[in-house]
Amino acid sequence: MPKDNSIKSVLIIGSGPIIIGQACEFDYSGTQASRSLREEGIEVTLINSNPATIMTDPVTADNIYLLPLTVESIIQILEERQIDAVLPTMGGQTALNLTIEAGNQGVWEKYKVKMIGVDLDAIELTENREAFRQHMIDIGLDVAPSHIANSFLEGKEAAQKIGYPLVIRPSYTLGGTGGSFVHKADEFDAALRRGLDLSPTHEVLVEKAVLGWKEFELELLRDDNDNVVIICTVENVDPMGIHTGDSITVAPAMTLSDTAYQDMRNQAIQAMRSLGNFAGGCNIQFAQNPETEKLIVIEINPRVSRSSALASKATGYPIAKIATKLAIGYTLDELKNQITKTTSAYFEPTLDYVIVKMPRWNFAKFLGSDHQLGLQMKSVGEVMAIGRNFLEALQKACQSLENNRMGLGADKKEWIRTADVLERMEKPSDDRIFRIKDALRLGVPAKTIHKLTRIDPWFINQIKQLVSMEQHLMRYNVAEDIPDDFLRSLKEVGYSDAQIAWLLRITEKEVTNHRKQVGIRRTYKMVDTCAAEFEAQTPYFYSTFDKENESIPTTGKKKVLVLGSGPNRIGQGIEFDYCCVHGLLAAKEVGYEAIMVNCNPETVSTDFDIADKLYFEPVFWEHLEEILDLEKPDGVIVQLGGQTALKLAEEFHKRGIKIFGTSYTNMDLAEDRGAFSDLLKELGIPYPHYGVAEDTDAALRIAKEVSYPVLVRPSYVLGGQRMRIVINDEELERHVLTIFKHMPDNKVLIDQFLERAKEAEIDAICDGDEVHIMGIMEHIEPAGVHSGDSAAVLPTYSLSVEAISKMVEYAEKLAKALDIRGLINIQFAIKGDQVYVIEANPRASRTTPFIAKAYKVPYLQIATKVMLGTHKLKDFDIKPQPSGFAIKVPVFSFDKFPNVDKNLGPEMKSTGESIRFIKDLSDPFFRKLDRDRNMYLTR
Amino acid sequence: MGELQSAPALLLLEDGTLFRGKAAGKIGTTGGEICFNTGMTGYQEIFTDPSYFGQLLVTTNAHIGNYGTKKTETESHSIKIAGLICKNFTWQYSRQRADESIQDYFEEEGLVGISDVDTRALVRHIRSKGAMNAIISSEILDVEALKQKLKEVPDMNGLELASKVSTKEVYTMGDPHASLRIAVLDYGVKRNILECFAERGCYLKVFPAKTELKTLKEFVPHGYFLSNGPGDPAPMDYAVNTIKSILEEDHPVFGICLGHQLLARAVDLPTYKMHHGHRGINHPVKNLVNGKCEITSQNHGFGVDHEVIKKNSDKVTITHVNLNDDTIEGIQIVGKKAFSVQYHPEASPGPHDARYLFDEFIRLMKNEPS
Repeated sequence: MPKDNSIKSVLIIGSGPIIIGQACEFDYSGTQASRSLREEGIEVTLINSNPATIMTDPVTADNIYLLPLTVESIIQILEERQIDAVLPTMGGQTALNLTIEAGNQGVWEKYKVKMIGVDLDAIELTENREAFRQHMIDIGLDVAPSHIANSFLEGKEAAQKIGYPLVIRPSYTLGGTGGSFVHKADEFDAALRRGLDLSPTHEVLVEKAVLGWKEFELELLRDDNDNVVIICTVENVDPMGIHTGDSITVAPAMTLSDTAYQDMRNQAIQAMRSLGNFAGGCNIQFAQNPETEKLIVIEINPRVSRSSALASKATGYPIAKIATKLAIGYTLDELKNQITKTTSAYFEPTLDYVIVKMPRWNFAKFLGSDHQLGLQMKSVGEVMAIGRNFLEALQKACQSLENNRMGLGADKKEWIRTADVLERMEKPSDDRIFRIKDALRLGVPAKTIHKLTRIDPWFINQIKQLVSMEQHLMRYNVAEDIPDDFLRSLKEVGYSDAQIAWLLRITEKEVTNHRKQVGIRRTYKMVDTCAAEFEAQTPYFYSTFDKENESIPTTGKKKVLVLGSGPNRIGQGIEFDYCCVHGLLAAKEVGYEAIMVNCNPETVSTDFDIADKLYFEPVFWEHLEEILDLEKPDGVIVQLGGQTALKLAEEFHKRGIKIFGTSYTNMDLAEDRGAFSDLLKELGIPYPHYGVAEDTDAALRIAKEVSYPVLVRPSYVLGGQRMRIVINDEELERHVLTIFKHMPDNKVLIDQFLERAKEAEIDAICDGDEVHIMGIMEHIEPAGVHSGDSAAVLPTYSLSVEAISKMVEYAEKLAKALDIRGLINIQFAIKGDQVYVIEANPRASRTTPFIAKAYKVPYLQIATKVMLGTHKLKDFDIKPQPSGFAIKVPVFSFDKFPNVDKNLGPEMKSTGESIRFIKDLSDPFFRKLDRDRNMYLTR
Repeated sequence: MGELQSAPALLLLEDGTLFRGKAAGKIGTTGGEICFNTGMTGYQEIFTDPSYFGQLLVTTNAHIGNYGTKKTETESHSIKIAGLICKNFTWQYSRQRADESIQDYFEEEGLVGISDVDTRALVRHIRSKGAMNAIISSEILDVEALKQKLKEVPDMNGLELASKVSTKEVYTMGDPHASLRIAVLDYGVKRNILECFAERGCYLKVFPAKTELKTLKEFVPHGYFLSNGPGDPAPMDYAVNTIKSILEEDHPVFGICLGHQLLARAVDLPTYKMHHGHRGINHPVKNLVNGKCEITSQNHGFGVDHEVIKKNSDKVTITHVNLNDDTIEGIQIVGKKAFSVQYHPEASPGPHDARYLFDEFIRLMKNEPS
């Protein structure tokens, strides 16, 4: 069936702010969908309240509405534009819920908007747990025994029938919110009450727990002709009992025989075909009894999901792009494989590598939260790693996490007490995989670990191989002693030079030098959907230590390497993906070959056709160095990938690799507290008193000098980690001690806390001669609340003209003094007429995309061209289009952490943000935010 | 990756390309035509598929051996591939229902393999240079000596192998009182094809490849099945002649893979040796009769010439095509109840999308409309 030509204009609904369970993977799918439609000549209108997304950028869509995701907004759009169809499957549960709500109010009908890519009955069926269960039984598939309960009494009855352990799953919640395991009767009441409370329909499913069964996920695509293909099969290393979003997963499935897999494939297809007749993507989760290989269906999502983004990156098959084409009427056999460009899109990708996805948690940010993993997703981001074997992919994933791990252990972060390690086996937390390795190293039998974790023995035995290789390695004293073959074997299973160095107690440099000398270098292999059966046209690579290198560097063209920001975490998220995409596009535009390096599968910048070349690799020095050695780019861009990229600047500088934009020395000057303060002093710019302490005594002395209250924090951290305001010696001592305990080798910064001060920030671009102030934002919350958690108003609304002109003056002075080439973000505290500079970030900041969206100026593209030196600011005609005020509103995911301290302070806790435009200050939304400000002041 | 203590092994291709790796399975030397399979599951079914007889198999999946081996998940009584070439040969397996590890299985069956080979580089090589002979050895580590040994490996082109793997004795399967009886010509039949028929209530009698129609007719079959098998169909005149005589009867005929090629030859249409064949479980096929698509399991190095077929629409109708390269995947003989497919509807390994073909054959035998 060819394309439906009656559709000329489509509305895509985004997923809103980033929250746990719904992250930037939906920016990725929405962006792909939009590009896919525009390829067909269809006009795309996008609604999303999240300003940090690339989908809401003029490069992606024709008409952009940065509006709250409400029915009113939808009506506004439909009043203004002729929309033929709505595609609601790209924006997660948020978009679906909004579509359903608008449908219930008759909006789609009234404006004659066709719904594509979705079947609302199918959605309803999969969301309503009881109806879904019954449907599965009706079509002959198994599900876990369960009962629905709408009241406390019904819940108790259900528990009695099913017995323990059991699961409570509230209906219609996201990311497993409110779900819990109940092992004993005395835990049941509280869990049931919480589940009922959190369900919008006051309904829970009480289900038998299949703890320890193996868990698998299939990604499917179906077209109008009822053709179905499986794009990817994912096996969870962590078995049933831990939310998939919090599980380490691997693709392809490692422990499935063909008989078991085909059984799963048949059931998946049968289930999908039984759910209405929509054309698009679908995700199905199964649990498998390891003894009998019997399957039960856990859940079906008849839409693009978090795992479809992962599956797209894992296989190279762009699920959202193809699902969109299917939604407008194409059938799979009419489309081409986007990677080979010659073969059919109707096929099932095959992998000749192994993918490991590892979640990234941020428990340190949620003080008081329960760190144990379970039914409810708690991770804030994820990394994906690619290797030629499981262990290589697993270790590369560890290297991608940016948790200061050098791989899976062997990096002085190991635990040595068997009792502690065993406790972590039973109570899984963010470090379970590391503890498994520790346990094996301490001699705990693989069988015991399997019994405690229920992780398939295959994975445990694989990790055990690492332990025996390490024991073997420790026989050597210096790098030169290691036989070449053995060193190669170590590299093949993913060991970083740093790990090898740690095991031999030598320096990383010695290992690297020796390794290079004996010619053990990374080679690059292509991700091509077809295991090399067909020639592929897409330059998507990963590194390994195999023989043939497929990544042939181009010559005769200027090249730039753009560093991504690694996994999403609090304080560093989707905004940097937005920055990287623009950086890549700008570099391409001015004639550079743009090469991207990142390991975050949720990002648009790692899509197969954004950069000229993509290395899906950890943003980890050893991997970068090998790419640099191979590609020999003219330089690197570190300003767009957040703190992750910035902190690598020193290495580039040391090795004489050009950093485009601001020099390393000047970036370091801005980052180094002491030197920066000296600079401010020199420039006559006021700053809060401060001091640096290396021990508690010094801290007490400094606090007395700067006078209480003071702001205490470790130096070099992200998102204000462990930052506190303390008011006396006692509190100070306690906090400084915890910093040293958790972060040894760190110094403590003590700042004068400017009570009742206002906070403001400026983002600017400087080309060495001229400074362009992109925007000035005033925070509604007072100083003391982390800037990422503050509502920021653009432009300022209450600051005096005098204060503003001082801020601008200081910003210009600083940008010039630091010889900024590219972006800078400066934070201010304002008390009365006095303006203090708190800090300066010589890079793209969280607010850069926000300003670009609010003022409709492609600031990131301008900044990139300035960094590359191809343009000066005077080459651009920058015309901001302000309309009233834009407010950046932080969004939190506290519902995932019921016991956490929800008070805002110097440590950032928000997971996402939305943008809100208001005409003037009488807007009720603003009034409320402004009123709430007083709560902080009275506290 | 491989185990720490594996012995070295060599893989030498006819064009002189050499790969070094580690010994997998039995220590020894083995030669054959090299081919690759891109499936991610079902290695044991592939190893025991008689169509692979005489071939060195490259598996592109990163790991081989993860779920061990199981006596019942085989396509014949023994390993049929001549040797295995893989990346990671995993001795330690995990599957509660498995019987033994792949290493133990190979040692028992005497299969020689090589692991730790850059299989992706090898596949890219075969993709551009085409199928060729090769030799694996974990005992002859002298390249010159191995070159001599490689010369002894016969050329697959024009090689008749079906009679080598066909049953020597006639045997039956299924319910003897079933209302439908199928005479199976065994050119190297996969066990699961027979099971697909038996499951559908047919009684089967499996005959050696060189059985003539007269003998087949004594079974009074309702239909004839032409099986898959190894080697080149071109020298198989004995089979072509038998099929010609079968076609003169008005009974339904169904052919799979080699059976498909032989059916084409029986109506005087040529077959050819492909550049490097189709082997995997993700091949897209479109059914031109109903417009539906199916993901298929494939294993063939020879094919039916599609240019010639297109010019002979008076003799055959094209029923299925490959969506990747437009090659012929299924034909129907004009005016006869005979049809065949190039791929493997029984799958095993692979998707079950095409199993409807067994039902169609049964409908044909029952004289029911499809």
